[in-house]
Amino acid sequence: MLAQTGVPTPEDLAEVMPSEDRLARGPVAMAECFQNIPCDPCYHSCKRQAIKPFNDINERPQIDHEKCNGCGLCLTRCPGLAIFVIDQTYSENKALVKIPYEFLPLPVEGDIVDAVNRAGETVGEAKVVKVQSGDKMDGTNVIWLEVPKNLSMEVRHFRQKGVR
Amino acid sequence: MRQTEICIIGGGPAGLTAALKAAALGAEVTLVDRNDYLGGQLIKQTHRFFGSKEQRASERGISIAKELADAVESNKKINVLKKATALGYYKDGVLLVEQDEKIIKIKPKKLIVATGGAEKTLLFPNNDLPGIYGAGAVQTLVNVFGVKPGNKVLMVGAGNIGVIVSYQLLQAGVEVAAIIEAAPQIGSYWVHASKVVRAGVPIYTRHTIKRAWGDTEVEGATIVELDDNWQPIEGSEKDLDVDVICLSVGLSPLTELLWQAGCQMKYVPELGGHVPLRNENLETTVPGIYTAGDAAGIEEASAAMMEGALAGINAAHSLGYDAPDLNKQKEKILMELTGLRSGPVGEKIRRGLAKVTC
Repeated sequence: MLAQTGVPTPEDLAEVMPSEDRLARGPVAMAECFQNIPCDPCYHSCKRQAIKPFNDINERPQIDHEKCNGCGLCLTRCPGLAIFVIDQTYSENKALVKIPYEFLPLPVEGDIVDAVNRAGETVGEAKVVKVQSGDKMDGTNVIWLEVPKNLSMEVRHFRQKGVR
Repeated sequence: MRQTEICIIGGGPAGLTAALKAAALGAEVTLVDRNDYLGGQLIKQTHRFFGSKEQRASERGISIAKELADAVESNKKINVLKKATALGYYKDGVLLVEQDEKIIKIKPKKLIVATGGAEKTLLFPNNDLPGIYGAGAVQTLVNVFGVKPGNKVLMVGAGNIGVIVSYQLLQAGVEVAAIIEAAPQIGSYWVHASKVVRAGVPIYTRHTIKRAWGDTEVEGATIVELDDNWQPIEGSEKDLDVDVICLSVGLSPLTELLWQAGCQMKYVPELGGHVPLRNENLETTVPGIYTAGDAAGIEEASAAMMEGALAGINAAHSLGYDAPDLNKQKEKILMELTGLRSGPVGEKIRRGLAKVTC
């Protein structure tokens, strides 16, 4: 249970996951935000009105995956680091997972890293294909990971080899 | 004897916004803080804040501290006394402040007490060993001074502070062996918990610390599982090899000056301890003394900033300062504050405030 372990259950995830049909049509954001807390920057960050307006600041984000084009703006504004962008159309057997990341040193493009799931366990390897950083990101960098397609709904973190 | 219209004690989020709002209405303000910097606990908050866009959500506490402190220090209406400790408030309305080993007497027309909170501690064998810290101290070492408190930490308490400080320890390259929490549920926002868990830190609910061990410093800790009645389950002990034990078991309001001033106080567990009764203007039962932020009840920085703004406006207004949109300003802040507290995570605060708002 999320409230006991900090790890969302498959049922929690099913509720916020884009449909298979939508995933097959390109990048899309997934908000892994499961608690009614007073927070709304994701809604204000979206330029496409893909996040439904909040009637109350304690509502959870509801992404209209049809309107979302996976631009990732919300990902960089979420104080909870709880939004990810998944692109299952990246290549035939690889998917792209974009992850908010606030640790140093930053990885370098081309690095092979341990792909880590929501429970902190290594589930495979990933390749860093892009590192978005700089002043504008205000410390929340975005790392683009190329992962095996079957791990795109598992991998939400990574560990650099040789870096604790 | 120094005269001032409004004296504010505490230069954290509540005190800074109180000063800015009061000065904006035209009041002359003296702000007293015992540190040599302004910002209070904000200066250590390197994470992005929650809340609404209007209340700087998604900004980092450290950036907010700089912005507010710069605005206060460059405001001609505000006289800032740093490294200045408020020692006492007396019946004749005089506040004693120590600065540079000298006593300063201040006679304010209005007083705003925004002194914040202090960390609670926990009783267990060997809890006096070097290597056992409050989470605030660890945060100061790591985020202000760039000093690692040790190499491997046991965090006691999975509220927002425990989980956020654990994350900041990871960012500083310190290993966190585990976060333990006596309650059956994680108290922090779950997104914070998920962040540290995926970075490899396990959270054990229904667990507490049984003892620390070590000769001259912390060499380890024994943790134990709790049953439904919060009693240790025999045989469930587990030893952890850690050199730091970090306690994050809540805060209590710093209210000594309010007690001394004769404000009516009430013990409210939901707000962290004894807090002053207050009206909707945040004025205590002693006319002219206002309170805001954690001193009025433990909450968080966004609420403290809004309360500070209200206290600043109300104190200035009571001196005759006015603005055409004063009521609108107040209503807007009150509405946002109500919104912030309206969800399920604000339930405890609402329950507490209902007991002390007259």
